[in-house]
Amino acid sequence: MAPSATCCAAESTISPKALTVQYYALLREQAGRREEALTTSAPTPRELYAELAARYPFTLTPEVLRVAINGEFGEWSTPLAAGDAVVFIPPVAGG
Amino acid sequence: MAAFRFSRTALDVAALRAELADPACGGYAAFEGWVRDHNEGERVRHLEYEAFQALAVREGERILAEARQRFGVAHALCAHRVGDLSIGELAVWVGVSAAHRDEAFRACRYIIDEVKHRVPIWKKEHYVSGDSGWVNCERCAAPGAEDGAHAHGR
Repeated sequence: MAPSATCCAAESTISPKALTVQYYALLREQAGRREEALTTSAPTPRELYAELAARYPFTLTPEVLRVAINGEFGEWSTPLAAGDAVVFIPPVAGG
Repeated sequence: MAAFRFSRTALDVAALRAELADPACGGYAAFEGWVRDHNEGERVRHLEYEAFQALAVREGERILAEARQRFGVAHALCAHRVGDLSIGELAVWVGVSAAHRDEAFRACRYIIDEVKHRVPIWKKEHYVSGDSGWVNCERCAAPGAEDGAHAHGR
Protein backbone atom coordinates (compact mmCIF):
# COMPACT_ATOMS: atom_id res chain seq x y z
CA MET A 1 0.00 0.00 0.00
CA ALA A 2 1.42 3.41 -0.94
CA PRO A 3 1.90 5.88 1.89
CA SER A 4 -0.92 8.39 1.77
CA ALA A 5 -1.11 11.92 3.08
CA THR A 6 -2.69 12.16 6.52
CA CYS A 7 -4.67 15.17 5.34
CA CYS A 8 -7.01 12.82 3.55
CA ALA A 9 -7.59 10.36 6.36
CA ALA A 10 -11.13 10.17 7.67
CA GLU A 11 -11.80 12.39 10.67
CA SER A 12 -12.61 9.41 12.86
CA THR A 13 -9.17 7.92 12.36
CA ILE A 14 -7.25 10.92 13.65
CA SER A 15 -9.45 12.04 16.54
CA PRO A 16 -8.57 10.65 20.01
CA LYS A 17 -9.90 7.15 20.59
CA ALA A 18 -9.79 4.58 23.36
CA LEU A 19 -7.82 1.42 22.60
CA THR A 20 -6.26 -1.48 24.42
CA VAL A 21 -2.70 -2.66 23.85
CA GLN A 22 -1.41 -6.06 24.96
CA TYR A 23 2.27 -6.79 25.43
CA TYR A 24 4.08 -10.08 25.11
CA ALA A 25 7.58 -11.37 25.78
CA LEU A 26 10.32 -8.71 25.58
CA LEU A 27 7.79 -5.90 25.04
CA ARG A 28 5.83 -7.04 28.12
CA GLU A 29 8.97 -6.87 30.23
CA GLN A 30 10.02 -3.49 28.85
CA ALA A 31 6.52 -2.00 29.24
CA GLY A 32 6.24 -3.53 32.72
CA ARG A 33 2.67 -4.66 32.01
CA ARG A 34 0.64 -7.18 30.06
CA GLU A 35 -2.08 -4.84 28.92
CA GLU A 36 -3.24 -1.26 29.11
CA ALA A 37 -6.14 0.89 28.06
CA LEU A 38 -5.19 4.21 26.54
CA THR A 39 -6.50 7.12 24.56
CA THR A 40 -4.52 8.06 21.50
CA SER A 41 -4.66 10.21 18.42
CA ALA A 42 -2.36 7.84 16.53
CA PRO A 43 -4.03 7.18 13.16
CA THR A 44 -2.29 3.84 12.58
CA PRO A 45 -0.23 1.26 14.53
CA ARG A 46 2.95 2.94 13.25
CA GLU A 47 2.29 6.19 15.13
CA LEU A 48 0.96 4.26 18.12
CA TYR A 49 4.19 2.27 18.41
CA ALA A 50 6.24 5.46 18.15
CA GLU A 51 4.11 6.97 20.93
CA LEU A 52 4.64 3.92 23.17
CA ALA A 53 8.33 3.71 22.35
CA ALA A 54 8.69 7.27 23.66
CA ARG A 55 7.16 6.16 26.96
CA TYR A 56 8.83 2.76 27.45
CA PRO A 57 12.43 1.61 26.93
CA PHE A 58 11.59 -0.50 23.87
CA THR A 59 14.64 -1.82 22.03
CA LEU A 60 12.79 -3.47 19.13
CA THR A 61 12.34 -1.37 16.03
CA PRO A 62 9.14 -1.55 13.92
CA GLU A 63 11.12 -3.33 11.18
CA VAL A 64 11.35 -6.50 13.30
CA LEU A 65 7.79 -6.37 14.68
CA ARG A 66 4.45 -7.41 13.26
CA VAL A 67 1.08 -5.98 14.22
CA ALA A 68 -2.15 -7.67 15.22
CA ILE A 69 -5.48 -5.87 15.49
CA ASN A 70 -8.44 -7.57 17.16
CA GLY A 71 -6.78 -10.99 17.16
CA GLU A 72 -5.69 -11.05 13.52
CA PHE A 73 -2.53 -9.95 11.72
CA GLY A 74 -2.80 -6.38 10.48
CA GLU A 75 -0.75 -3.80 8.65
CA TRP A 76 1.25 -0.91 10.09
CA SER A 77 -0.89 1.37 7.91
CA THR A 78 -4.29 -0.02 8.96
CA PRO A 79 -6.42 2.85 10.36
CA LEU A 80 -7.06 2.40 14.09
CA ALA A 81 -10.62 2.60 15.39
CA ALA A 82 -12.06 3.11 18.87
CA GLY A 83 -12.16 -0.15 20.81
CA ASP A 84 -9.40 -1.85 18.83
CA ALA A 85 -7.18 -4.33 20.65
CA VAL A 86 -3.64 -3.88 19.34
CA VAL A 87 -0.68 -6.21 19.80
CA PHE A 88 2.87 -5.58 18.63
CA ILE A 89 4.45 -8.96 17.90
CA PRO A 90 8.17 -9.39 18.60
CA PRO A 91 10.22 -11.83 16.47
CA VAL A 92 8.75 -15.26 17.18
CA ALA A 93 10.67 -18.32 18.41
CA GLY A 94 8.33 -21.26 18.80
CA GLY A 95 9.40 -24.88 18.59
CA MET B 1 -10.40 -29.75 20.62
CA ALA B 2 -8.51 -27.62 18.15
CA ALA B 3 -5.89 -29.40 16.04
CA PHE B 4 -3.39 -26.72 17.13
CA ARG B 5 -3.31 -26.37 20.90
CA PHE B 6 -1.34 -25.20 23.89
CA SER B 7 -0.68 -26.93 27.17
CA ARG B 8 0.71 -25.73 30.48
CA THR B 9 1.41 -29.33 31.50
CA ALA B 10 3.42 -32.21 29.99
CA LEU B 11 2.19 -33.38 26.58
CA ASP B 12 0.66 -36.87 26.45
CA VAL B 13 2.19 -38.24 23.25
CA ALA B 14 0.28 -41.52 23.34
CA ALA B 15 -3.02 -39.66 23.52
CA LEU B 16 -2.02 -37.24 20.74
CA ARG B 17 -0.88 -40.09 18.52
CA ALA B 18 -4.14 -41.96 19.13
CA GLU B 19 -6.07 -38.99 17.74
CA LEU B 20 -4.42 -39.59 14.35
CA ALA B 21 -5.46 -43.23 14.07
CA ASP B 22 -7.35 -43.95 10.84
CA PRO B 23 -7.91 -47.26 9.01
CA ALA B 24 -7.22 -45.43 5.72
CA CYS B 25 -3.75 -44.38 6.88
CA GLY B 26 -0.65 -46.50 6.44
CA GLY B 27 1.89 -43.86 7.44
CA TYR B 28 2.41 -41.82 10.59
CA ALA B 29 5.21 -39.30 11.15
CA ALA B 30 5.85 -37.19 14.22
CA PHE B 31 8.35 -34.56 15.28
CA GLU B 32 9.28 -33.82 18.88
CA GLY B 33 11.11 -30.63 19.82
CA TRP B 34 12.98 -30.98 23.13
CA VAL B 35 14.50 -28.41 25.43
CA ARG B 36 18.27 -28.37 24.76
CA ASP B 37 20.94 -27.49 27.33
CA HIS B 38 22.77 -25.03 25.08
CA ASN B 39 22.19 -22.40 22.42
CA GLU B 40 24.67 -20.26 20.51
CA GLY B 41 27.50 -20.90 22.93
CA GLU B 42 25.47 -20.39 26.11
CA ARG B 43 24.64 -23.11 28.63
CA VAL B 44 20.88 -23.13 29.10
CA ARG B 45 19.38 -23.90 32.53
CA HIS B 46 15.68 -23.78 31.62
CA LEU B 47 13.24 -22.22 29.16
CA GLU B 48 10.10 -20.16 29.37
CA TYR B 49 7.53 -20.16 26.55
CA GLU B 50 4.88 -17.50 26.11
CA ALA B 51 2.20 -17.27 23.41
CA PHE B 52 -0.40 -14.85 22.10
CA GLN B 53 -2.79 -17.76 22.19
CA ALA B 54 -5.82 -16.38 20.33
CA LEU B 55 -3.79 -15.51 17.24
CA ALA B 56 -1.38 -18.44 17.67
CA VAL B 57 -4.20 -20.99 17.52
CA ARG B 58 -5.66 -19.23 14.49
CA GLU B 59 -2.32 -19.17 12.63
CA GLY B 60 -1.49 -22.70 13.77
CA GLU B 61 -4.80 -24.00 12.42
CA ARG B 62 -4.06 -22.29 9.10
CA ILE B 63 -0.69 -24.07 8.90
CA LEU B 64 -2.28 -27.45 9.64
CA ALA B 65 -4.95 -26.84 6.99
CA GLU B 66 -2.23 -25.89 4.47
CA ALA B 67 -0.38 -29.11 5.27
CA ARG B 68 -3.50 -31.23 4.77
CA GLN B 69 -4.23 -29.52 1.47
CA ARG B 70 -0.68 -29.36 0.03
CA PHE B 71 0.38 -32.87 0.93
CA GLY B 72 -2.98 -34.61 0.98
CA VAL B 73 -2.49 -35.97 4.49
CA ALA B 74 -5.53 -37.22 6.39
CA HIS B 75 -4.83 -35.77 9.85
CA ALA B 76 -2.41 -33.26 11.32
CA LEU B 77 -1.99 -32.10 14.91
CA CYS B 78 0.37 -29.80 16.76
CA ALA B 79 0.68 -29.27 20.50
CA HIS B 80 2.99 -26.67 22.07
CA ARG B 81 3.93 -26.09 25.68
CA VAL B 82 3.76 -22.72 27.41
CA GLY B 83 5.25 -21.82 30.78
CA ASP B 84 8.50 -23.00 32.37
CA LEU B 85 10.24 -26.04 30.89
CA SER B 86 13.28 -28.00 32.05
CA ILE B 87 16.09 -29.46 29.96
CA GLY B 88 14.92 -32.56 28.10
CA GLU B 89 11.23 -31.74 28.27
CA LEU B 90 9.03 -32.01 25.20
CA ALA B 91 8.29 -28.45 24.04
CA VAL B 92 6.44 -29.09 20.80
CA TRP B 93 4.90 -32.13 19.14
CA VAL B 94 3.73 -32.44 15.54
CA GLY B 95 1.99 -35.55 14.26
CA VAL B 96 0.60 -36.45 10.85
CA SER B 97 -1.14 -39.53 9.47
CA ALA B 98 -1.55 -40.23 5.77
CA ALA B 99 -2.14 -43.02 3.28
CA HIS B 100 1.61 -43.22 2.59
CA ARG B 101 4.82 -42.24 4.38
CA ASP B 102 6.17 -39.70 1.92
CA GLU B 103 3.40 -37.15 2.40
CA ALA B 104 3.44 -37.78 6.16
CA PHE B 105 7.16 -36.93 6.42
CA ARG B 106 6.84 -33.86 4.18
CA ALA B 107 3.77 -32.50 5.94
CA CYS B 108 5.40 -32.97 9.33
CA ARG B 109 8.48 -31.02 8.23
CA TYR B 110 6.34 -28.29 6.69
CA ILE B 111 4.31 -27.84 9.86
CA ILE B 112 7.22 -27.50 12.28
CA ASP B 113 9.07 -25.11 9.94
CA GLU B 114 6.03 -22.86 9.49
CA VAL B 115 5.17 -22.93 13.18
CA LYS B 116 8.64 -21.69 14.05
CA HIS B 117 8.38 -18.80 11.60
CA ARG B 118 4.76 -17.70 11.80
CA VAL B 119 3.10 -18.51 15.09
CA PRO B 120 3.33 -15.87 17.86
CA ILE B 121 5.20 -17.93 20.44
CA TRP B 122 8.26 -16.63 22.28
CA LYS B 123 11.04 -18.45 24.07
CA LYS B 124 13.11 -17.01 26.88
CA GLU B 125 16.33 -18.79 27.70
CA HIS B 126 17.63 -18.74 31.26
CA TYR B 127 21.35 -19.42 31.25
CA VAL B 128 23.61 -21.19 33.74
CA SER B 129 25.50 -17.86 33.95
CA GLY B 130 22.42 -16.26 35.51
CA ASP B 131 21.73 -14.19 32.41
CA SER B 132 18.61 -14.60 30.28
CA GLY B 133 17.31 -13.57 26.89
CA TRP B 134 14.37 -13.76 24.49
CA VAL B 135 15.44 -15.80 21.48
CA ASN B 136 15.57 -13.76 18.22
CA CYS B 137 14.78 -10.56 20.15
CA GLU B 138 17.95 -9.54 21.94
CA ARG B 139 20.30 -9.51 18.95
CA CYS B 140 17.97 -7.63 16.67
CA ALA B 141 17.27 -5.03 19.33
CA ALA B 142 18.75 -1.67 18.47
CA PRO B 143 21.03 -0.52 21.31
CA GLY B 144 20.44 3.08 20.28
CA ALA B 145 18.69 5.19 17.69
CA GLU B 146 21.91 5.29 15.66
CA ASP B 147 21.56 1.58 14.89
CA GLY B 148 18.93 2.27 12.23
CA ALA B 149 20.75 0.30 9.54
CA HIS B 150 20.07 -2.95 11.37
CA ALA B 151 16.82 -4.12 9.87
CA HIS B 152 15.34 -7.61 9.63
CA GLY B 153 13.17 -8.17 6.57
CA ARG B 154 10.28 -10.63 6.59
